[in-house]
Amino acid sequence: MAQFETPEHLLAAANRAYAAGYRNMDAYTPMPIDGLAEAVGFRRNWVAPIVLTCGLCGAAGGFGLLYWISVIAYPHNIAGRPFNSWPAYIPITFECTVLLAALSAVIGMLALNKLPMPYHPVFNVESFSRASIDRFFLCIEASDPKFDLAKTKAFLEQLNPEEVAEVDK
Amino acid sequence: MPSLNTEELEPKVIDPGPSKIIAPGFNYTTVTDKIAGVVLKPIQTTPKQWWISLFLAFCAMQGLLAGAVWLFYKGVGVWGIVIPVAWGFAIVNFVWWIGIGHAGTLISAILLLLKQDWRTSINRFSEAMTLFAVAQAGMFPILHLGRPWLGYWLIPYPNSMWLWPQPRSPLIWDVFAVTTYLTVSLIFWFIGLVPDLATMRDRAKHAWQKFIFGMLGMGWRGSAKHWARYQMAYLLLGGLATPLVVSVHTVVSFDFAISLLPGWHTTIFPPYFVAGAIYSGFAMVVTLAIPARKWFHLEDLITMRHLDCMGKLMIGTGLIVGYGYMMEAFMSWYSGNPHEMFMYMNRATGPYRYFFWSLILCNILIPQSLWSVKVRQNIPRLFIVSIVVNIGMWLERFIIVVTSLARDFLPSSWGMYYPTQWDWAVYVGTLGFFLVLMILFVRTLPSISIFEVREVLHHLAPNVTDDGPAPAPVHGD
Repeated sequence: MAQFETPEHLLAAANRAYAAGYRNMDAYTPMPIDGLAEAVGFRRNWVAPIVLTCGLCGAAGGFGLLYWISVIAYPHNIAGRPFNSWPAYIPITFECTVLLAALSAVIGMLALNKLPMPYHPVFNVESFSRASIDRFFLCIEASDPKFDLAKTKAFLEQLNPEEVAEVDK
Repeated sequence: MPSLNTEELEPKVIDPGPSKIIAPGFNYTTVTDKIAGVVLKPIQTTPKQWWISLFLAFCAMQGLLAGAVWLFYKGVGVWGIVIPVAWGFAIVNFVWWIGIGHAGTLISAILLLLKQDWRTSINRFSEAMTLFAVAQAGMFPILHLGRPWLGYWLIPYPNSMWLWPQPRSPLIWDVFAVTTYLTVSLIFWFIGLVPDLATMRDRAKHAWQKFIFGMLGMGWRGSAKHWARYQMAYLLLGGLATPLVVSVHTVVSFDFAISLLPGWHTTIFPPYFVAGAIYSGFAMVVTLAIPARKWFHLEDLITMRHLDCMGKLMIGTGLIVGYGYMMEAFMSWYSGNPHEMFMYMNRATGPYRYFFWSLILCNILIPQSLWSVKVRQNIPRLFIVSIVVNIGMWLERFIIVVTSLARDFLPSSWGMYYPTQWDWAVYVGTLGFFLVLMILFVRTLPSISIFEVREVLHHLAPNVTDDGPAPAPVHGD
């Protein structure tokens, strides 16, 4: 794992690592950096499809609940209006859509990120505590097919980082 | 970005003035130290004003305890509500508190979508305000129920009585709107906090602090892939919260507009309620931000530019509210309906006329001073205007709720509403509760979003380089 001082430097390093054939790697930064996820090989962001699906389920569920209440479970004749008076159902349908979509955005994001995960090997690197403050890290994982401790370390060294550290399991 | 002036990193804090959203001289490290330092510094160094405010707010909060206990013991008769004015303080305060919450969502969601960089220093703070204000609001309808222990009947669930709530009633829409709003505000606020909680974990000195922040931060480690999903989720939450915030006060206004009462049954209500909500919310953000930035020396992060922008938004939404008042007057005349015409004359000249004219003074006349830069950029004056607007918006809800009910169609069924000491106790109690939560929040959690301020710094001073180490944007040490 290599430590860099600026986001631009890390981004350049990540691009070079990808070009060198490394695939299983990750970058750690104290704030989101445009283009970095793509540079470390992140391709499909599933958050939006999950939110869309759950939002539609929320809409269908909300409207279905109201329809079921007023037409099937508890039909109530109010001044001769139809049981399925759908315009009156729009506000609750909308709220259910937003509620499910918002919950799925958060839960989906956390689940895809496999959080909460209080322990992770990268925390073993002492200087990693600065990853949440002011330093930028690139980590090539041992599961990478091209990974070789000595060669990968030499590769990271030539990217001119501040420091290269091994991550213990 | 101007060159570094090391003096500005010394304890003496300088507001960089109305042109900047952040004082010069900050880098990623110092900005983290600054914001995290407010939370992590030893308890002995907490400003004295913080303790005094906490104590006063805590005392006020006891009004809620006493008021609610007495209410549960005796029933809603302890309040001033009567027939015909069955909606008294409880509904006035409910609408007022919900409205206050709206500015937080507006700042965090709508300004996020509009890419307004000045939102960054105040969004966390205003989201917390939203959450705490909606919590106060949510209590009032429950307290107002004759039998509050049966409040769960509002939720549609299969029950042994074979009864269901009536989904064609706006009162049930309200249940869904407010609970959804509270839930979404909570997760929006919390998910924004997660990366900062990880920062707090890494900055904390004591093991127990590390443990608490570590657990709350859920092991966030700033992975690029995590950030990509995080940003997408955050953007979508912003996109969802934007129509939500508009819908909530719209639904609240439907509680009135869908009835047939003169003064309530009008189509201007939804937009005018939403604008009024944002108006009062910004006033509350200003009221709270001014002391908070002073106590914790955050003038270099919550700058005059933020206060100036909020002043401008107050005058903008205030004018929409003024337009709403004009339309109410115009429509009551143009309708030709004697009840509508009487309603407006009754507001202006009836028994509650003092409230009405104070409302015009507080909401329309005094805030016109915000056109002047000498008010927007003068802290004491802006503070006073923000308090005036808070009072004005409360009076507006009072006028809407009470005058229409007190004198509707038949003079034989008219009646006056006088709030009792228990009405006041509960209202003051929720103010205290709200302030206690806010005061504790600014001391125990990062009240400014650290990672978003880092992003702003990065965008202000990008340093592009292909190879080799580049100098940090600004050297603070």
